[in-house]
Amino acid sequence: MPISSAYHHDRCALHLDGPLTIYEARQSKQRLLDELNLARELDIDLAGVSEFDTAGMQILLLLKREAGRLDKPLRFLGHSKAVLAVLDLYNLAGVFGDPVVLASGDEA
Amino acid sequence: MNLEAAKQVFYEESEELLAAMEAALLAVETSSGTQRAEHLNAMFRAAHTIKGSAGLFDLGEMVAFTHRCESLLDRLRENELALTADLIELLFACRDHMSAMLAAVHDKRAMPYSAALEAQLDAYLNQPADSSALPPARRPEAQVERQGSGEHGVASDYWHISLRFGPDVLRNGMDPISFVRYLGSLGRIVYITTLYDALPEPDQMDAESCYLGLEIQFAAAAHVDKLAIENVFDFIRDDSNVRILPPHAHIADYVRLIKEMPEGASRLGEILVRGGALTPLELDEVLGIQREQAEAGEHRQLGELLVEERLAPPQAVEAALDKQREQVAHKTREHRAVRVDAARLDGLIDLVGELVIAGAASQLFAKQIGNATLLESLSSLSELVERIRDEALSLRMVPVGDIFSRFPRVVRDAARELGKDIQLELAGEDTELDKSMVDKLGDPLLHLVRNAIDHGIESSELRRQRGKADYGTVWLNAYHESGSVVIEVGDDGGGMQRERIRVRAIERGLLGADEVIGDQALLQMVFEPGFSTADNVTSLSGRGVGMDVVKRNIEAMKGNIEIESMPGEGTVVRLRMPLTLAIIDGFQVALGKSTFVIPLDMVLECLDLPADTVAANRHYLNLRGEVLPFLNLRQLFEVGGIAPQRQAVVVVQYGSHRAGLVVDRLEGELQAVIKPLGQLFRGVKGLAGSTILGSGAVALILDVPDLIQRAAIDEQRRLAVSSQQEAKRLSLREENTR
Repeated sequence: MPISSAYHHDRCALHLDGPLTIYEARQSKQRLLDELNLARELDIDLAGVSEFDTAGMQILLLLKREAGRLDKPLRFLGHSKAVLAVLDLYNLAGVFGDPVVLASGDEA
Repeated sequence: MNLEAAKQVFYEESEELLAAMEAALLAVETSSGTQRAEHLNAMFRAAHTIKGSAGLFDLGEMVAFTHRCESLLDRLRENELALTADLIELLFACRDHMSAMLAAVHDKRAMPYSAALEAQLDAYLNQPADSSALPPARRPEAQVERQGSGEHGVASDYWHISLRFGPDVLRNGMDPISFVRYLGSLGRIVYITTLYDALPEPDQMDAESCYLGLEIQFAAAAHVDKLAIENVFDFIRDDSNVRILPPHAHIADYVRLIKEMPEGASRLGEILVRGGALTPLELDEVLGIQREQAEAGEHRQLGELLVEERLAPPQAVEAALDKQREQVAHKTREHRAVRVDAARLDGLIDLVGELVIAGAASQLFAKQIGNATLLESLSSLSELVERIRDEALSLRMVPVGDIFSRFPRVVRDAARELGKDIQLELAGEDTELDKSMVDKLGDPLLHLVRNAIDHGIESSELRRQRGKADYGTVWLNAYHESGSVVIEVGDDGGGMQRERIRVRAIERGLLGADEVIGDQALLQMVFEPGFSTADNVTSLSGRGVGMDVVKRNIEAMKGNIEIESMPGEGTVVRLRMPLTLAIIDGFQVALGKSTFVIPLDMVLECLDLPADTVAANRHYLNLRGEVLPFLNLRQLFEVGGIAPQRQAVVVVQYGSHRAGLVVDRLEGELQAVIKPLGQLFRGVKGLAGSTILGSGAVALILDVPDLIQRAAIDEQRRLAVSSQQEAKRLSLREENTR
C-alpha cells in the first residue's frame, strides 16, 4: 500500500492509502516501524485505509506499543470506516483513543 | 502422611476456619453492602471447606450438618433470605455446633445432636425466598449437589467464550473478525476483550501470524445451544484454543480456564471481572483455589499444557508463568506456614540447649589452652549459637492475639445475656509468648473477662448516674516487662468493694474481725476458694468458683496475679507470666564451692556489701536513699565454709519488688539451659531449676520471685519481732517503774 510521509522537523505525518490487510502486512509493518524509529513524533492518518483486517489491527497495536516503549508520541488520526468497524468489533477503541502509554502487555 | 496426622491437620484447619467464621459473624452484624457480602462469603467458604474435609474423613454427620449450614449461607448470599438478628444467633449456634462436632471427633466421642438447631435450620431452609430480596438468577442445573472445592456456579447469565487463536489462522484465510461477526448472528455479544499480550517484539513479530486472544461474554439467542456455539469455531478448533463455558459455569471451570490461559491469573481475572463473567467475589474464590492448586505443585502442568497446545510462544509462556508465580508467591507469602509437631520443636530446642552447653565447654578449654586463634573462632561460633538459640526459642513464640481473638465473641454473648452494653478493646496483640503458655492462659483469661463483664461493669442506669458513658469498656492488653509478659484484663466498672470483701472474708474465717491487712492482700482474698461477693449468682459468674482456679493455673505456670482497683473507676487484673522456660541468659554467682545462676533480666545491678551492714547484723541496706531488704544466700542455703572478707550484693527485681541477694563472688554472664529439678527437689523453695556449666558442673538456678517474697516476709517478721520486743521492753519498763 502506498504510504507517504512528510517530515516537519522531527515530527512525521504519515498518510496511509489503500488496503491494510494481511497481504500488505509484512511490508507495511516494516515501513511503519522504520518511520517510527526515525521520527520523534508520529501522526498516522488512517483516513485513506480502504480495507482493514486483523493483521492490520495487529500492526497498529504493535506500533502503539512500540511508540510507548520508545516514549514517542504516536497518534492515529481520521480513522476510516473500515478501521473503525474493526476497532469496534474488537472493543479496542479505548486502547487507541487512550492517551495512556501502553507498556507491553503488563498493564494488569 | 498417615491418617492420624492428616486428621490433626483437619482439626487445626477447621478450628482456624471456625475462628474465621466467628470473626465474620461478629462483623456481619454491623456491615452492609459489599462488605456484608464478603463476610457472608467468608462464612460460606469456611463451612464449605469444613464440609469437604469432613467428607474426606468419612464424617457423615458432620458433612450433613455443615452442608445445611452451607445451604443456609448460600441462600443468604443470594439474598433469598434477609439476615435478621435471629438468623445471626442461629448461625452462631451452628458455628458452635460445628465446633462441638469437631471436638467430639477429636475426643472420639459420639457426635452431638441438637434437634432444636436442626428444626431451626429446617425452618429457614424451607422458607420461600424473601420477596423483597432479589430473585435468584440461577438455573436449576447449577444447584446440583455441591461437593469438593469450587463446584458451585458463578452468577453470570452469559456464556463465556475464551479464544486464543493459532498463529496460522490469518494465513489460512480465517480472520477472527469473521468468527466474531458470525457469533453475533447467534445472539448478542455482551462484552469483548481483545488480548494482545502475546504480541512479540517488533523484529520477532511475523505480520502474517495471529497473536490475538478474545474473551467474550455472549448472550445466546433462545434456540442456540452449546453445540451451535462450538460449531462457529469448528474451522479453527484444531490449531486454536477455544473454551466455551455455559452460563453459571462452575467456579472450578473458571479456575481451569485461568490456569490454561497464558496471561497470568490476576490479569485474566481482571479481564473476566471487567467483562462481567465473574464478580469480584467469585474471582477471589477462583484465585484462591488456583493458588492452592499452584502450591500443590500444578505449576509445571500449566507450562506443559501450554507448550503442548502451542498456545503461545515458549518465551511468553515462561514470562507469564514467572509473572504468575511471582504474584502468587507474593500473595501467599504472608499466609504460608509450616505445621510442625510441637514435640519436634521441643526436640530441636533441647538440642540447641546441648549445643549451648557444649559451646561453653569448648570455650572453657580454649581459655585454659590460651590459644588466641581458637578463642577467636570460638567466639564467632558462640555468637552463632546464640542466634540459633534465639531463633529456636522464637519458633515457640506465638502472638498473644491468638487468645485475644476469641474474646469479641465472649464479650458479645455475655453482654447480650446480661443486657449490658459493652465494648471490648484489645491492645498489644503482637506481644509474643510461649505457645504452651498461650494454650493454658485461655481459660484463666476467660474467667477474668467474664468476671469483669458480670461484676465489674455496672448497669447502664448506674453508669449514667455516675456520669460515665452508657456502654462499659472491657480491655485486654499485653506487653513485655523485664523478662516477663504482662497481660491485663481491665474494666471501667465499679471497682472492687473492699468493705464487702472484708466482710465476706471475716464471714468465711479468712480474716480476724480486727485484723489489719494490706490493700493488695485484701484484694487477693478474692482468689480464695469459694469466695464470692456477688449478690446474685448469674449464669456467668458469682458462684465463687473460678477465681481460685485462675490463681492456681497462673501460679502453676510460674506467673502471678496482681489486682489494681479504684472504687467507681474500675479494676485491672494483671497477670505476669515468665517469657519462656527453656534457655535463659543467666548471671553466674558463687557461694563457697557452689555455683548459682540468676536470670539475667531480673538482675538490676551489683554492688559490694558494705562492711558496716554486716557488722550491724542488719538485713536491709540503703541503696541511694531507698531501703533494700536483702537475703544472705549463704545462710539460706546453709553453705558451709567461711564467707570471704568482701561479699557482693546482686540487686534483683520482679514486678515492682526489689531485693538484694548476698553472694560470695560474681562470675559473670552465661547462657543457661534450664533443666528441671528432679523429683527429689520438687518441694525445695527458692530454686527454679538447674543447669550444666561448661565445666560439666551443675549449677542451681535461683527462683527470684520466691526469694524476693522471702526477703520481704523475713523483713516483716523481723520488724514484728523487734516491735514485740520493743513492746515487751516498754511494758517491762512500765512494770519496773510501777
